Amino acid sequence: MSLLLDPPIRQEIEYRAADVPAAVVARALPWNARLWQHGAVRKSVILLALALLWEGAARWQGNDLLLPSFWQTAQAFVSGIASGELLERVQASLSVLLRGYVAGIAAAFVLTALAVSTRIGRDVLETLVAMFNPLPAIALLPLALLWFGLGNGSLVFVIVHAVLWPLALGTYAGFQGVPETLRMAGRNYGLRGLPLVVYILVPAALPSILSGLKIGWAFAWRTLIAAELVFGVSSGKGGLGWYIFQNRNELYTDKVFAGLATVILIGLLVENLAFRALERVTVRRWGMLR
Amino acid sequence: MNAPVQLLRPPAAGAIAPLLRADGVSLSYSDGARTVRATHDVSFDVYRGDRFVLLGPSGCGKSSLLKAAGGFIAPGAGTITINGARVTGPGPDRIAVFQEFDQLPPWKTVRQNVMFPLLAARRMARKPAEEAADYWIAKVGLDGFADAYPHTLSGGMKQRVAIARALAMQPDVLLMDEPFAALDALTRRKMQEELGRLWEEARFTLLFVTHSIEEALVVGNRILLLSPHPGRVRAELNSHQFGLHSAGSAEFQAAAARIHAMLFEEPAAAPAAGDAEPAWGRRVAAERT
Repeated sequence: MSLLLDPPIRQEIEYRAADVPAAVVARALPWNARLWQHGAVRKSVILLALALLWEGAARWQGNDLLLPSFWQTAQAFVSGIASGELLERVQASLSVLLRGYVAGIAAAFVLTALAVSTRIGRDVLETLVAMFNPLPAIALLPLALLWFGLGNGSLVFVIVHAVLWPLALGTYAGFQGVPETLRMAGRNYGLRGLPLVVYILVPAALPSILSGLKIGWAFAWRTLIAAELVFGVSSGKGGLGWYIFQNRNELYTDKVFAGLATVILIGLLVENLAFRALERVTVRRWGMLR
Repeated sequence: MNAPVQLLRPPAAGAIAPLLRADGVSLSYSDGARTVRATHDVSFDVYRGDRFVLLGPSGCGKSSLLKAAGGFIAPGAGTITINGARVTGPGPDRIAVFQEFDQLPPWKTVRQNVMFPLLAARRMARKPAEEAADYWIAKVGLDGFADAYPHTLSGGMKQRVAIARALAMQPDVLLMDEPFAALDALTRRKMQEELGRLWEEARFTLLFVTHSIEEALVVGNRILLLSPHPGRVRAELNSHQFGLHSAGSAEFQAAAARIHAMLFEEPAAAPAAGDAEPAWGRRVAAERT
């Protein structure tokens, strides 16, 4: 025992917990901090800043043919919508896009369901993804044109190729990440094969599947616009890519920008409305994604 | 065979047949390069209404035994039968409660979680399943949380949901794999108490895996003691006389000390019969550390 090394022995004391004022326990944030919590507000500010930057750059550069200003593009966009031409193009593109997207999702689901139920299915999926995922969909377009002719069939084919592999990869990775305990719980209730995939694996892997769907959507858009730029017209009705290409040929640069802006706008809408809403009612609500 | 030193097998108890019977069960697992024996020649009988505990140090294969009873892994040798029928795969007559909290699908609310096996096994229609779920949710003290998602619950509450889900199925045997091991000490004690209360009310048959001597004595009425790797039966003991109320008593301490001594005895004192295997067991254990 030494006084230097041993701590002193002190009196025991019992306290009664004092009341804490409510204002200290929970306090509301000021209104500007609360507003800044909304992602939509922050992103709108970013978009506004980009538009201002664009307007400034266009005015400083002063050549409408090379870089029309934000205002001119907005006018071309509004008149395109008003005349109905732009909407028609959007509709043509979206109908092809959705067909390819849905077909790609179905194919990816079949492939991954086979991959989790059988070993040979897994080998097939891994081999095919390794082979075709690095292959740009647009590189298949000449072949598709040869096989399916100048028409929507070729477009759907390349879109399926663009969607299928990244989605299959993401879904399969998600399936593999499902906790073993959860699988055992499902098997415990007599689930096996397809019901196990549908009732346990798909919801458990939903974060990965959703991110696969987002990547697939972006790839499908890019592929479609690029493919339309290459040939575009089928039965006299071209999509957005064709609209961009045509207007560039005629040097309507503001319309080219309006077409590009439409592609971007649709992308933003789908991301922020469709996918965000899907996430909010599923994985965020379930606490699988913060 | 291990030489029975203190192995007191009950005589085939007259007219009562065991509900779950493990007969000479050996389990192995493969780690790629070789197969490792997890348990060796384990036999035990579980009777209806038993709270049967598998107790042993980590790596003795007690969890594997439970999973074999659940039908998740197939024994390399020996058989497991339930009601005389051989266990060949998982089924809703043996519902498992695991240690991990992720056994609850996060996309289902508490009520949906409890209803899920009833619907998946086609045991009930939606309406009666909902009523059964609410009954068992109330039984485990979670009324008011029926519409909550699992990620909003504490660990103890999640385990209660898992227990309610298992009991709602009214399985022949309830399998519990260290269900309270991931809980804090205070919650664990409370859950042990509640499990005892639930058993008093529902009188289910329980097969319970733990590595805690105290928990085995408190929860079980009979304890199968397994030796370290590979798991062999070391003893089969009674613990029906103990509960949480007697946890501090002298007999309880004596029983705990007796089990402790049997678990941690020197290897030299181990049964000498079948020399090759204990030696192999020791070698593997040494390699694994």
